[in-house]
Amino acid sequence: MTNHAHIDEHRDDEGSKTGMWIFIFTELLLFGGLFIVYSVYRYLNPMAFHLAAEELDPFIGTVNTVILLVSSMTIAMAITSIQLKKKKLTLILMGVTVLLAIIFMVNKYFEWTGKISHGIFPGSEVLHQSSQGEILFFGLYYAMTGLHALHIIVGMGFIGYVMWLVKTDDVKHDDYVILENSALYWHLVDLIWIFLFPLFYLIT
Amino acid sequence: MDNGQHTHIVKYKTFIWVLLVLLVFTFSSIAITELELGVYTVTGALLFASLKSVIVLMYFMHLKFDKKFYAIMMAGIILLLTSVIIVTFLDYLYR
Amino acid sequence: MIETHEREATPSFLEYQGRFKGLMGWIFSTDHKRIGLLYLYSMLVFFSVAALLGLMMKLELMAPGKTIMGAQTYNSFFTLHGITMIFLIVVPGLPAVFGNFFLPIMIGAKDVAFPKLNLISWWIYILGALIALSAQFMDGGAPDTGWTFYAPYSFKTGTNMLPAVTGAFVLGFSSIVTGINFIVTMHRMRAPGMKWMKMPLFPWALYGTSWIQVLATPIVGVTLLMVVLERTMQIGFFDPALGGDPILYQHLFWIYSHPAVYIMILPAMGVISEIIPTFARKTIFGYTAIVVSTLAIAFVGYFVWGHHMFTSGMSGVALYTFSILTFLVAIPSAIKIFNWVATLHKASIDMQTPFLWALCFLFVFMIGGLSGMVLGALSANVHLHDTAFVVAHFHYIVFGGTGFAFFGAVHYWYPKMFGRMFDKSWANIGLAIFFTGFNALYLPMFYLGMTGMPRRYYDYVEKFHGPNIISSLGAILMIAGLIIIITNLVRSAKHGTKAEKDPWKGKTLEWTVDSPPSLENFEEIPVVTHHPYKYD
Repeated sequence: MTNHAHIDEHRDDEGSKTGMWIFIFTELLLFGGLFIVYSVYRYLNPMAFHLAAEELDPFIGTVNTVILLVSSMTIAMAITSIQLKKKKLTLILMGVTVLLAIIFMVNKYFEWTGKISHGIFPGSEVLHQSSQGEILFFGLYYAMTGLHALHIIVGMGFIGYVMWLVKTDDVKHDDYVILENSALYWHLVDLIWIFLFPLFYLIT
Repeated sequence: MDNGQHTHIVKYKTFIWVLLVLLVFTFSSIAITELELGVYTVTGALLFASLKSVIVLMYFMHLKFDKKFYAIMMAGIILLLTSVIIVTFLDYLYR
Repeated sequence: MIETHEREATPSFLEYQGRFKGLMGWIFSTDHKRIGLLYLYSMLVFFSVAALLGLMMKLELMAPGKTIMGAQTYNSFFTLHGITMIFLIVVPGLPAVFGNFFLPIMIGAKDVAFPKLNLISWWIYILGALIALSAQFMDGGAPDTGWTFYAPYSFKTGTNMLPAVTGAFVLGFSSIVTGINFIVTMHRMRAPGMKWMKMPLFPWALYGTSWIQVLATPIVGVTLLMVVLERTMQIGFFDPALGGDPILYQHLFWIYSHPAVYIMILPAMGVISEIIPTFARKTIFGYTAIVVSTLAIAFVGYFVWGHHMFTSGMSGVALYTFSILTFLVAIPSAIKIFNWVATLHKASIDMQTPFLWALCFLFVFMIGGLSGMVLGALSANVHLHDTAFVVAHFHYIVFGGTGFAFFGAVHYWYPKMFGRMFDKSWANIGLAIFFTGFNALYLPMFYLGMTGMPRRYYDYVEKFHGPNIISSLGAILMIAGLIIIITNLVRSAKHGTKAEKDPWKGKTLEWTVDSPPSLENFEEIPVVTHHPYKYD
């Protein structure tokens, strides 16, 4: 027997934001686990970490840091622009954010392939010859920047999806909590890199 | 159930200023590693990283203008993670 | 269908037909009540498998030497038994079944904050379960590390670790999603007038539990990821040959897995806090103390994980810190027991089945908790670590605690969920047989552990034979009791007498709605004016 009861799709923007923030907390703890590993092995192998870090290029690290900071600004601005009903500007700002993310990933790609071509990757012969501290440093480097890169890709997908919603007017000046949530996710990605940068590139 | 989008709108200019401060801190953290502070070099770099995070949280992530609950929870999580690391170190420091 | 002149009664959630019909109407339903039952039915299947594994382990242990299986098989059995019971039954258990079904109703809401996400959490649960179970059937053989996946064996063993570990990783997401949903639901959707300190104690328990789910699960997630990296890429984090420390694996694993036991027990305590006032016809003693204790357990529980590692080689400082904190975390649990017992003082008790389960809970939880104190003492732990004593302890506190509370909850809320009453005589007979078997099964293990029988061994020396016989016979009796209990519940869903709205004279909001509830629970969102458990 069919009936006419239905569940109202209730809209609760504040609740939506709260849910997103709690998800952000889970991501912080996810990376937190790797930070625990980093801090223990750094403590146990200070010299080896110091030496291993010299193999990384601080210039690329700095460029990537700047890229993410700028992209954080652009996505934050996108919220202002949608609040001001500037749909086209919103899409431009979001597009720039995604573009910057792509550049970050390209840089990462060159960094990684550079290392790999020198034989520095988990399980490699070169690493097997190195000190244990160096093995751990690069294990952490690949694990942490790799997991971070995965989150960049997810973030790009999320922002791309919201861009489509903006385009079709499903997100507008009085209904944009999903844009806020995608921006929060992007800032999280930025926050993690803010710590990865000094821990891998600046401990020389 | 309130859908009143917080009417608070952050000016573009504010975000630009925030970016500039972040860039200054970034280059400071690089510069500080040039100095010979021994163990404290990295502490300095991490200090700048922490300052940058606070600014990203407060302005980009809007914690400064939202309900206090979010900022309190965020501080709590950081405290929790820090405490867990400290307790873990009770093992490694004293082996 | 003949149209009547009377107003058509609102169909219950069981009868409701929405966009999808039949089975599809269940596995695509975003109704929190149907999702709760989906979890219940899935868990019934997984529990039966895991209980059967347990029974077969006990049959093996009936006599020294090989009885029905060899060492490798035995190792794979206790591994799967642990993985299934922990990740598929007791961690999700109460929140996913009764939290989903009753949290919205108990706070006066029509559903949870994110109903679609709720459905996804069940799909993820099934996906994780299938991935983990697939490990049993692939080349390489079923995992044999124990559910704890300790390094370095977990990355050296030839058995199928990757699916097991990946399955557990996926299941973590289900837990996290449920936690997020419940927290936001309680923050945003309480009925008008229901302030935090007017919320019943089961929702409060779920609140504490949800924060643990959200904050601890990611750590085991990333740790399992590291095991995958270790197995596939020799990343070195836990491999001593590459500079890694296996003890660090244990730290990371237990940083989640200890709070996980509070995910198991807090909702159980919440259920007991609901059952006791109802059948004592008296308000709970010390509502505020129970709320504070719930949050205290959740918080302090984060810092005791090292008590699983006392013999691993940690520093002396770590040893006594963890021991002291372990004793500290027992205090709020003890406070709750005092409160429950004090509620019964001078009460007018109605000895119904759910209440009997609650009484049995108090008995077994005390034994489980006190044996935990024995293990928390460093000097005793040296002798008892990895013995049958530990196995007895955690079965008393997890099976006894969470398990008994689960059965209590099923019987308590059964009339509300299915609109029918179970057969009370069979329920009580089943409980009596189950309870006898349970104690016969686990009590000897304390003695066996103290006299030196190790855990996770398929064989033992002759001096352990006698108590093992009692224990294995206890297992058979207990399973018989379980069969009676479950058969009664399954039968009564169709054949039980119809139940009214409030068969137990409960005072919380779920007893004001229909049995079973309609789709949206309430015709009108209630306005709450008084504290829960108002009996006078």
